Amino acid sequence: MSSTGLLEARRPAPALSCRGMRVSFRDHEVVCGVDLELGTGEWLGIIGPNGAGKSTLLRSIVGLADFDGAVALGDGRAPGATDVALVPQFPELPKGMTVAEYVLLGRTAHLGWLARESRADRQIVSSVLHRLDLGEFADRLVSTLSGGEAQQVVVARALAQQCPVLLLDEPTSALDLGHQVSVLELVDDLRRTEGLSVLAAMHDLSAAARFADRLILIDHGRIVAQGIPDEVLRSDLLSAVYGTSLTVQSIDGELVVLPASRRRTRPPEETP
Amino acid sequence: MADASLPTNALTDADAAHPAVRRAFGMSVTATLMGLVVLVAVGLLSATSGAAGLPVRGVFSALSDWIPLLGIESTLSATQESILFEIRLPRLVLGMLVGGSLGVAGAAYQGVFRNPLADPYLLGVSAGAGFGAVLALGFGLDLGWGPFDTVPAAAFLGALVAVVASMAIARGGGASPATLLLGGVAMAALFSAAQTYAIQQLDETRAREVLSWLFGQLNTTGWTQVWLLLPYAAVCGAVLFVHRRHLDVLRVGDDEARSLGLDPARSRLLVIVAASLLTAAAVSVSGLIAFVGLVVPHIVRLLISHSYRVIVPLSALVGAAFLAFVDIGARTLLAPSELPVGVITAFVGAPFFALVLWRDRWSST
Repeated sequence: MSSTGLLEARRPAPALSCRGMRVSFRDHEVVCGVDLELGTGEWLGIIGPNGAGKSTLLRSIVGLADFDGAVALGDGRAPGATDVALVPQFPELPKGMTVAEYVLLGRTAHLGWLARESRADRQIVSSVLHRLDLGEFADRLVSTLSGGEAQQVVVARALAQQCPVLLLDEPTSALDLGHQVSVLELVDDLRRTEGLSVLAAMHDLSAAARFADRLILIDHGRIVAQGIPDEVLRSDLLSAVYGTSLTVQSIDGELVVLPASRRRTRPPEETP
Repeated sequence: MADASLPTNALTDADAAHPAVRRAFGMSVTATLMGLVVLVAVGLLSATSGAAGLPVRGVFSALSDWIPLLGIESTLSATQESILFEIRLPRLVLGMLVGGSLGVAGAAYQGVFRNPLADPYLLGVSAGAGFGAVLALGFGLDLGWGPFDTVPAAAFLGALVAVVASMAIARGGGASPATLLLGGVAMAALFSAAQTYAIQQLDETRAREVLSWLFGQLNTTGWTQVWLLLPYAAVCGAVLFVHRRHLDVLRVGDDEARSLGLDPARSRLLVIVAASLLTAAAVSVSGLIAFVGLVVPHIVRLLISHSYRVIVPLSALVGAAFLAFVDIGARTLLAPSELPVGVITAFVGAPFFALVLWRDRWSST
């Protein structure tokens, strides 16, 4: 990103855009008219409390939820499984399936009618595993992997789809701190080296501040704020949306979001 | 391909595959070759064993006689040749076709229902076929048409009616596997009841005839049964072979499958239709041969791979070899009379299945 011109860095060409996205389950509207634009090579973070509609928004983009509105790629086409890859929040890891076979699933959309994986498919699986330093895991069973390893393998499967856009649905919610950072750094490296565009629903606001170029704050299915992390991560805004006092501090130039100390700020109506 | 700017370039760089990657992908070829060798060995064993012992070398020469340009003359006598070509080989080939069909269909059902206990009779194929056969055998219902004998035709129709009814009450192939399975249970119960009632109405000789058909047997009259089954085995087998990778994708659940670019409902429907048609055809020529469709995919799973890329084709090979092998016992154990092959498959299959479950519990704790 740093090598491109300033103007281009500010306004990159869109890789994916959503207009007026609405998703309802029965009578309950979960996503209420969201517009967003994901620039090429950009990391756009979606933040917001549980139930704000982050996952639903991502799922509707890959066609897993019925929606009103429009989703389009940069060239105006509707996205398919060769355009947008989703890393699900709770991936299913089938018993008895090896890592190589699991990553090969990413090639599904590239299969021809006879459904035989080509040499190229295997080569891609091999390269992806190599790229993520998972080569020696290839014949391990996915069900025996640790949480961090499994998450890397799911990312590998998404990469094998060879999509220019990667959607991450709270990719690190099951991981300890070290693995959280390493998975996010991995995605960030891939974004830089492979030119991926990343749209990620993120739980951890400090991580969002660190990795995302821009953030969208969603509450009750609506965009409340958007912009670069400095603009969105403001304690008044976050405290209102998350319903608890949060403070935003800058430590060594990185934004960190913390719950406000209980001694200093008490919720107003605490007295009985 | 318009994706020159995509990660494609970086990822297809020719870098040496890690040994583990090669291991993970490489074993299916070896396993297929081994399966073929076993199949040929079983075939030779079957062709040479029986009351009229045919010499191995003679069988070789008679078979090679059929291959042009080799110039090998058969050393078998005319009687021996007719035993080989009119009795032994048709039965052997039918056993292989039926076993392969049941093996593949079982693998397909296990994949579609994501349930290791699924077998090809799950959607009521057996009960429907049984009911049809009882009607034809016992009540002289004449459904024969052209080259189709009455019993196979009636069994085939009964099986299809049961499967279609199962899918109809589950509201189509797009329904969830669990709903379909319940539909199958309901239809199987209904047709079994109808079949039991019908058998009760028969006199003793006819009832015996019906029961021996129900146990499953490989009785051939020349090559007729082989020609009846062959087109179904070829077409449905091809459809299932083409969809074998879809079964792997279905293992991660419908949502993820869809995000990977698969239409789960469509794949399920195609696989169920092909597997059911194949099972119905196999049942119509051989009766209800138990446990092959259930056990064979598990053998492949235990020995070689959990991936349906491998399970589907190898279940055909292993099923063919297994049934052809067991049929040698059916022909020779009680010679000159004959055991229904379905009885032996159940005898072999049940303990084996217990073993699979046992091992499964062991490895999961």
